[in-house]
Amino acid sequence: MSSPATSSPAHWTREGLIQGARSVFPVVPGTLAFGMAFGALCAQKKFTLLEVQGFMGLVYGGMSQFVAVQSWPDVLTASSIATLALLTLTVNIRFFLMSATFRSWFGTLPAWQAYPPLLFITDAGWLLSLRYRERGGSDASYFLGGGLMLYAAWFVAALPGFFLAEQLANPKIYGLDLVFPAFFAALLVPAWRGRSSALPWLVAGGVALVVQQVLPGWWFIIVGSLSGAISAGLMSGNDDA
Amino acid sequence: MMLDPGRTDVWIAIVVMTVVTVASRLGGYWLMGYVPVTPRIRRMLNALPGSIIIAAIAPVVLNGGAVVIFAIAAAIGVTVIKRNDFLAVMTGMGVAALARAIGFSG
Repeated sequence: MSSPATSSPAHWTREGLIQGARSVFPVVPGTLAFGMAFGALCAQKKFTLLEVQGFMGLVYGGMSQFVAVQSWPDVLTASSIATLALLTLTVNIRFFLMSATFRSWFGTLPAWQAYPPLLFITDAGWLLSLRYRERGGSDASYFLGGGLMLYAAWFVAALPGFFLAEQLANPKIYGLDLVFPAFFAALLVPAWRGRSSALPWLVAGGVALVVQQVLPGWWFIIVGSLSGAISAGLMSGNDDA
Repeated sequence: MMLDPGRTDVWIAIVVMTVVTVASRLGGYWLMGYVPVTPRIRRMLNALPGSIIIAAIAPVVLNGGAVVIFAIAAAIGVTVIKRNDFLAVMTGMGVAALARAIGFSG
């Protein structure tokens, strides 16, 4: 999280909690649709309702859930569970990078207040809090409010899909595969910081494309992200950051 | 109604996936408690959001074919004009659904 010059130390307010919960409204419909598609996929793959809720409530990582269930092994052995763990790691290790950016914001909070909200890190919640932070916000409740709202939406999202699996057999008909790419693309627009963004973005995209061709699985996300960030670190620091 | 509790091996897999994901969510914050934030590190952190987004969607979009590329372009266009995340997501979905309904594949 970039710390603007005007930011005060992290604190908690009820208003921030509500404001944060409101901030994620634009992604709630997409989150519900994405969760619904996951519920439908699980019904087709013969998971039970409680197992589905285990994915939703405990794993709580939409993209990793999809990837894991799509490649779910016929027989679970120690080695096939290790493969699932590695798959989950390659998809979700981006949360590690997001979590790192919270140090400059939550760093003044005691650990027992700083760590629990981080369990609710999502792509959308993180990106929206980043925007809030860049505008000078420092209320930690803003992130927590958004996190709790998205978690609540996600927790119930699979249910209709699970029960309506037949009708949702091909989510592409409804454009559901576009929910996250479109949301990411929308948040790319405010993330642009002028010319200093160009090189890291080109590096991140180029490396991701190459890695996706040469390495199986989802390594391209983390390798591409890190390459972009490192290229920014190597540039001479003449931007206002 | 009795709920089927599910299979033990599936629950083991779910718990393992949960541990990996929780460690990812907490680990970066923990690590940065030991890394001094130099101007270089600051530039890297500032470049992260855009880099993560690009790395995650560039391969998906470029391999998705014309329908996906067009839908994403429409979503970005709407964002530039309207600055509305919800509208952007709905536009992306709508354009893709419509293009597929009238027979474009991808």
